[in-house]
Amino acid sequence: MRIFIILFSAILINNFVLSRFLGICSFLGVSKKTETAFGMGLAVTFVMALASIISYIVYHFILVPLNIKYLYTVAFILVIAALVQFVEMVIQKTSPSLYKALGIYLPLITTNCAVLAVAVINMNENYTFIESIANGIGAALGYFLAIVLLAGIRERIDNNESMPLALKGFPISLISAGLMSIAFLGFQGLIK
Amino acid sequence: MKVALERLKNGIFNENPIFAQVLAMCPTLAVTTSATNGIGMGLATTAVLVASNIAISLIRKLIPSKIRIPAYIVVIASFVTLIQFLLQGFVPGLYKSLGIFIPLIVVNCVILGRAEAYASKNGVFVSLFDGLGMGLGFALSLTILGTIRELLGTGKVFGFQVMPMSYKPAIIMILAPGAFFTLGILMALLNLYRIKNAKDGEAPKLVEPGCAGCGLCGKCHSK
Repeated sequence: MRIFIILFSAILINNFVLSRFLGICSFLGVSKKTETAFGMGLAVTFVMALASIISYIVYHFILVPLNIKYLYTVAFILVIAALVQFVEMVIQKTSPSLYKALGIYLPLITTNCAVLAVAVINMNENYTFIESIANGIGAALGYFLAIVLLAGIRERIDNNESMPLALKGFPISLISAGLMSIAFLGFQGLIK
Repeated sequence: MKVALERLKNGIFNENPIFAQVLAMCPTLAVTTSATNGIGMGLATTAVLVASNIAISLIRKLIPSKIRIPAYIVVIASFVTLIQFLLQGFVPGLYKSLGIFIPLIVVNCVILGRAEAYASKNGVFVSLFDGLGMGLGFALSLTILGTIRELLGTGKVFGFQVMPMSYKPAIIMILAPGAFFTLGILMALLNLYRIKNAKDGEAPKLVEPGCAGCGLCGKCHSK
């Protein structure tokens, strides 16, 4: 039960993008078209689930026994960078079609703060192994949902001829994201 | 000395990380719930930026270019850990309200961006001032955003009551949507200014989210 609560709270209530402001750079940068947003969302989901697993292992089996917990920032970012590189190589060798779909997004993810954040949140909240994975997947699905929705909205907005020039592009995307964020505020109180 | 002043001015005005380069949107939106938080985050980032620029400029000839990005990240992450301890020890209140965004300074694109674009190519002294200028520009922008949101959302600035008591605070401004609205409207105003000041016949340069810092500049936009 607790796992479902963690999962849904990460997707809807504490949505990574719209209420925690994590991964905003790619959220605003890669959401011009629904297709690319979809690819980025998939790549992030994949890496975040893996990062939750690996960072849990690194934290509980290396940092805690050696009593160097305070080095978590350095350890996590290195693990994530290595992980992304590794995933990229594996996909390239095993599934060229998947590589074609996700390949260009993978390197972007190293510096995506959402991935580092999910590792740090799992650690701060003292989640167990399964809970960490649930949180990772939930957070990633929340990101996926937000970026695909915003891309859909932006495609429509681009067709609007009467938009004032000053609002076009970046400012209106921010304001649309703000309106989406209000909608997501409505989920608060869904789970106590 | 002239170069140093020029770097300072460049970071604060010409290439301001937020309003000109549009980088580091995550901390910009997240921690600006009050002016104090904005300035705290800005100064913490400045400290990391100056330290990492100095360190990277010192070791720039020793790092092989293939592994430079991971090397920069390790340097930056070490300084972030240091700053984290200092904040925790000396300003525990700020440490608590910035929360997860302190370790996330590591992935702040401004810092990696300056390492890649400036400190790895220039001497220690100018890199120091480049970091200082960029950091102060970042801190200034965060403080502006924080002040606006705090003023509208609570009626206070830096914790002091400014608005008359009859003002009913718009709480949404200090919640998540307020961050998007404030930045969106500021960016639209900036666009308006650029359109007004554009030379005849030339298309004004509109604000676009930048990605100069992620080491893979431009890939996400062009594809």
